[in-house]
Amino acid sequence: MRLARGHVLIGINDEALLAGARDVEEALRKQLSDAGLGDEIQVIETGDLGLAGRGVMLTVHPDEVTYAEVTVADVTEIVNEHLLKGRPVERLRVAPRIRSTGLVTEQPRVVLENCGLIDPESLEEAIAAGAYQALAKVLGEGIAPAAVIDEIKTSGLRGRGGAGFPTGLKWSFTAADEQVYIVCNADEGEPGTFKDRLILEGDPHRLIEGMMIAGYAVGASKGYVYIRGEYHLSIERMQGAIDAARDAGLLGDGIFDSEFSFELEIKKGAGAYVCGEETSLIESIEGKRGYPRIKPPYPGSVGLWGKPTVVNNVETLANVPPIVLHGADWYREYGTEACPGTKVYTILGHVENPGLIEVEMGTPLRTIINEYGGGVRDGKRFKGALIGGAAGAFVDETSLDVAMDFEGLKEYAAVLGSGAILVLDETVSMVGVLQGILRFFRHESCGQCAPCRVGTAQMVEIIDRIVSGSGCSEDLSLLREIATMMRDTSLCPLGQSPILPIETALHCFGNEIAGDLADGEALLPS
Amino acid sequence: MRRLLEKYPPMTEHMLDMLHDLQQAEPCNYLSRDALTAVAEYVNVPVSEVVSTATFYSMYSLTPRGQHIIRVCESPPCQLVGAESLIDLLAEHLQIGVGETTEDGLFTLETTSCLGVCGVAPAMMIDEEIYGNLTRERIIDIINRVGGGR
Repeated sequence: MRLARGHVLIGINDEALLAGARDVEEALRKQLSDAGLGDEIQVIETGDLGLAGRGVMLTVHPDEVTYAEVTVADVTEIVNEHLLKGRPVERLRVAPRIRSTGLVTEQPRVVLENCGLIDPESLEEAIAAGAYQALAKVLGEGIAPAAVIDEIKTSGLRGRGGAGFPTGLKWSFTAADEQVYIVCNADEGEPGTFKDRLILEGDPHRLIEGMMIAGYAVGASKGYVYIRGEYHLSIERMQGAIDAARDAGLLGDGIFDSEFSFELEIKKGAGAYVCGEETSLIESIEGKRGYPRIKPPYPGSVGLWGKPTVVNNVETLANVPPIVLHGADWYREYGTEACPGTKVYTILGHVENPGLIEVEMGTPLRTIINEYGGGVRDGKRFKGALIGGAAGAFVDETSLDVAMDFEGLKEYAAVLGSGAILVLDETVSMVGVLQGILRFFRHESCGQCAPCRVGTAQMVEIIDRIVSGSGCSEDLSLLREIATMMRDTSLCPLGQSPILPIETALHCFGNEIAGDLADGEALLPS
Repeated sequence: MRRLLEKYPPMTEHMLDMLHDLQQAEPCNYLSRDALTAVAEYVNVPVSEVVSTATFYSMYSLTPRGQHIIRVCESPPCQLVGAESLIDLLAEHLQIGVGETTEDGLFTLETTSCLGVCGVAPAMMIDEEIYGNLTRERIIDIINRVGGGR
């Protein structure tokens, strides 16, 4: 490996690509070589650098200078001033979201430890950054599968896909069988959520290692990563990482000279939100329509091809290697008693700095929005936020001090969900947002069970009426009634979800919504 | 077609991949009757089973589509910043409705759920390429570029 005195990391993801990251990278390489710095400064592609909507981003190490909205025209100045003369280009500079000094940063990065720091297409860089050490520990020290499960149980890790079920418990419920499967749910479709995509694209080996340890713990020798069909870059990077791991003997038979064998395969989705539900996802892997199954039996006993199957979210599995490597006690230093660890969020909407962040569980919503999100955009007033995507809950300014974890949000009848935080400023019409959410559910209802198929369509009719100005107060009770019926009778979480955004919107913004009704004045407090 | 299919073992678990590949190989971006029959014969299941799977997923089409597929994100983060008016704009500019194909067979207009690039909302995807920070001017410019100066 070539040694360099400095590194320029360029964040490559869909957003950066559309802002012209490839052109910037090419110009950078060419001009570095023209300036005679080709051997001294290395250009490395990495994952997301933590800020969304800011175009092409670069981080220069060891100076830890981050640039945003870099264009080809800026490259000459960066090369001549900064890389040649050591004077950072202040006009392009932004506060770095990621520092290489480990965990002593403004963000505790457990899951995103390597995202934005390593080249995700290089197995060597991943290994240098600590990949596969936890797996080596488990297999090398001969730690029993039951002991791995115990460690995860003790760590208090809870599923990061939305429901927050304890991961160790889920693993321990998995039946023993000749064939057990481990499935990674990367069918990320919750509106406003793209954390899993950025983990996949930023540190794919972390996920492979997490799946292997999970596989070892539950006795699975085969794993599937189910990735949304629209995530082309994720699929490409993950496939590259799997191939590299296989070539290096990290996947296959007798890993690290142990008895443990493991194979991993990608399954590409084809556009269906409902496939994020674990039994639908299993049906889809089998090559069928993604209809949810009736539970019980749970996948832990009857899953893929009738065999015991563990389905875990990307972020959940990405938490596993550090827990195994550093121990449950170390992990519990982060977060709260009931919800240890960190949480990765995508913070979006009307904030100054939208993007990807990782903070400790229990961090107040106010801190997340003001400190990490940079506050509400354009000096407007905060109106509310939608937490957890379309299947999530609205909160208003009275809830800004809520501790963001599975328990804290319960007090506000909200959920953590997928980790999307959509911030809304004072200009937003709540019935408009609600309309968007209900249309989304109508579009994504799989049609298998009647309450959801018919209910989602009826709710759109009602909300359309309200938005057009001809809604009446009975429409609101009708919405509630339908959503409640769907919650009680639908087969899967999709149909059970709309009640939450509807109830919380009415709770927080009832007066405003009443004002949008033709006869709404009667509902308003005098 | 057979050659594309033989990349995979003849098992239903590979059906989604087969359908992806066959659709991509077809110039009109769709799954023809022949394609569906070929998959059914290859994995040895009734054609109805293949049709059942294919019609469930939004990325497959059983009717011919344009050379380029425009998928406009219609999830709340994009809607918040005006995705809906962009759909209207595209529909007007291309003179087609959502789900329809232009007369010259160049574009099909579709909507999609979250593309996961909410930081640059509103966003759309044309084929495998994602475009964000869309405005009226940009969107027309992109369409003209992709369409080769139509």
